[in-house]
Amino acid sequence: MADLSVNLAGIKSPNPFWLASAPPTNSGYQVQRAFEAGWGGAVWKTLGDPVINVSSRFSASTFNGQKVAGFNNIELITDRPLEVNLEEIYETKKKFPNHAIVASLMVEPKQEKWHEIVKKVEAIGVDGLELNFGCPHGMAERGMGSASGQVPELVEKQTYWVKEVAETPVIVKLTPNITDVTATAYAAVQGGADSISLINTINSLMGVDIHSWNTIPHVSGKGTHGGYCGPAVKPIALNMVAECARHPEINIPISGIGGISNWQDAVEFMLMGSTNVQVCTAAMHHGFRIVEDMIDGLNNYLDEKGLARAMDLIGQTVSKYQNWGDLDLNYKVAARINPEKCINCNKCYISCEDTSHQCIDRLIDANGKSYLKVREDDCVGCNLCSIVCPVDGAIDMIEYPSEVAMTWNERQSLLGKMTIGEETVS
Amino acid sequence: MKSAESELLTAVDLKRNFFEVKQDMKPKEAIDEANRCLYCYDAPCMNACPTGIDVPSFIKKMASGNLKGSARDILDANPVGATCSRVCPTSELCEGACVLNDVSMPIRIGDLQRHATNWAMDHDVDLFESGVPTNTKVAIVGGGPAGLSAARELRRLGHEVTIFEAKEKAGGLDTYGIVSFRLPQSVSLWEVEQVEKLGVDIRTNCTVGKDISPETLKNDFDAVLITVGMGQVPKLGIEGEDLTGVYDAIQFVENTKTKPLTEQFIGKRAIVIGAGNTAIDAATCLIRSGASHVKIIYRRTEEEMTAYPFEFEFAKQDGVEFRWLTQPTKIMGDENGHVKQLMCVQMELGQPDESGRRRPVPVQDSSFLMDVDIVVRAIGQSRHIDLIEAFGLNHDSGILQLNDKTYQTSNDQIFAAGDVVYGSTEYGDAMVVSAAEQGKRAAYAIDKKLSC
Repeated sequence: MADLSVNLAGIKSPNPFWLASAPPTNSGYQVQRAFEAGWGGAVWKTLGDPVINVSSRFSASTFNGQKVAGFNNIELITDRPLEVNLEEIYETKKKFPNHAIVASLMVEPKQEKWHEIVKKVEAIGVDGLELNFGCPHGMAERGMGSASGQVPELVEKQTYWVKEVAETPVIVKLTPNITDVTATAYAAVQGGADSISLINTINSLMGVDIHSWNTIPHVSGKGTHGGYCGPAVKPIALNMVAECARHPEINIPISGIGGISNWQDAVEFMLMGSTNVQVCTAAMHHGFRIVEDMIDGLNNYLDEKGLARAMDLIGQTVSKYQNWGDLDLNYKVAARINPEKCINCNKCYISCEDTSHQCIDRLIDANGKSYLKVREDDCVGCNLCSIVCPVDGAIDMIEYPSEVAMTWNERQSLLGKMTIGEETVS
Repeated sequence: MKSAESELLTAVDLKRNFFEVKQDMKPKEAIDEANRCLYCYDAPCMNACPTGIDVPSFIKKMASGNLKGSARDILDANPVGATCSRVCPTSELCEGACVLNDVSMPIRIGDLQRHATNWAMDHDVDLFESGVPTNTKVAIVGGGPAGLSAARELRRLGHEVTIFEAKEKAGGLDTYGIVSFRLPQSVSLWEVEQVEKLGVDIRTNCTVGKDISPETLKNDFDAVLITVGMGQVPKLGIEGEDLTGVYDAIQFVENTKTKPLTEQFIGKRAIVIGAGNTAIDAATCLIRSGASHVKIIYRRTEEEMTAYPFEFEFAKQDGVEFRWLTQPTKIMGDENGHVKQLMCVQMELGQPDESGRRRPVPVQDSSFLMDVDIVVRAIGQSRHIDLIEAFGLNHDSGILQLNDKTYQTSNDQIFAAGDVVYGSTEYGDAMVVSAAEQGKRAAYAIDKKLSC
């Protein structure tokens, strides 16, 4: 049994699985149920001046029958009085002293507002604070959430204001609705943040009802953009986490968020530099008990890898994530179809023929049986055939390591030297 | 199903016993299954379908909620696609070819096809149109699957088409010969209606050779297509065949589809002779009619049986008993002329015959008697030799001589398709789906000839 506990900038939890600040952490009742189910921590639904929510708030994309491939919401921060939330936080912390409870906060970008709420919340006892600079809808129209999260100066300033009074670790939650997330991540570091968490939700319009021509969802015939999350956003989130993790000047711990649905996703985020992960959509889709497999799966994985602690995973893949110009141009992979496993659906053939590099042949063997074969010399190693193949192991991408590695940057630098050389000669 | 053994059947139970056994897929079930389809390129299922239905295409359309397009894909390739979804031996055709057989479970193509065509039946949509008129007339003799399929295609190509159908309704075996609990008559009649809607004139109760002469057809039409299928079950050639209680399997099944269900079989002991799909149909109809004991006797063994494996399973589940290597030799009656006993002889397999199967030969002194009330013969179907000869066409024991490319008989003006041109049915029954395809091809051949 590996040690699953993690320590995010001083916030300790029995495992890396936290519930993100969202509907699942709206009340003490819910958070206590979550802790009973096994969640290691919870970021309380964002506290601030209470709001009024609209009815008809969530929507989701279904892909080929798979429900909740992506999830969208137009719900705002907590609509319950601050005192009620604080009382429930106190009760919950008393019952679960070893679990992490972090308060998510969002107020107007004013120093006194931040000071006031930080003091109130810390007074009842939380393990940390998370500044919500991410929510893309509603609150942003009032200058909060992603509206301040998109401006590095505002991120830095507000983080600084919080740090002026905060006694617990401060996590800054970043919006993905920005060209370069490292700009705001760096601003958070400059403001004194102890940690960053990302990503918040992505601006989205879930859909249009092709029968009524209303937006999905609609509120009395009108719609507005929401925040997108769930499995579909995972690759976007993972990249943003990785960009922060490999940035030399962003060297505070990261809490990874975005489409994490199982222990494998969690491992990926940790390998890419997250100290822990926050989950919402998966719990909303299946209930709190999905954490059981997350814990069990992670534990088994660590045992299989011979790792004693979950924290040993953190950042192991970060150094492998680089600029395109640093990739070896001489490395090659080529597809190979395993006739023993191939079921002859021809999906690889048609995808290659129509949309890639036309290097799979349909052939007939001596017994009249049809089979598929890759002309490896013509294969560029795009992976498409192996991606569309429905059978594991039917298509292998065979590696041909280069004898001499040569990256684009090295090549350009060599070419530059040659040019200079020529000039010298001439 | 309620059987006679448990308690006495009521008229309501009897009726229920003949309802379609298999329920339609539920909408979610269909979409889940459709989403499992890989959408193979040049898919083996499509190549395995005699009518070449673009299976991946119709399933993809189903998954996107385009049921109309899905139904159109199916019925475009196969005008009797709703019937075929119920009666095709899918495990030997499309589903047998599904690539997922190797790694998972094959897609339930037949059930999906049934779901899509059910949608078409439930929604009054026009899926096809007749073509630009060509001013040519085609007569089709026989309104079974081959005839209907040809008529539909000929209409789409603009020809004027008249079907001459001897029975009260068109549809052939689909309407009269396939048990209701697998194929309700309404399905077949809906397919007939679709053909009629395109402007095909279907003259029912009109027997060629009796109500209208072959000569008239030859004179009044530019081409004649013979799709008369096959006839009744031949006699066994043993003593006692005229006793009350001896039935022709095809007639027996037809009765269950055309007449009020009778209570006369409740509690009766029945023996069906033969082990093809028609024998299974008759035996399962008997069980559902309340017969207390139903046996199928066959002179060969399970190995040589021509019934599809799934039909065999179905019969066993219904409670039909099978007696292999048993040949009837005499039907014995009581004083009222009613069947009382069946004398049989035990057989054993000898040397292979010309069909390659081991010939059954009687075991000496092995005669035995079985008490029985009903005997049904299901030993194949006779040929319409009289009609073929009335048209003056060459044939071989009732099997029409046919050019397999032009679908022309020995008379250039006369074409043929379906069971009437099939060879020996010793190796399994001719399929509805094959008849449909042949009808299509004959239609294209006729169109080609008439367009010259």
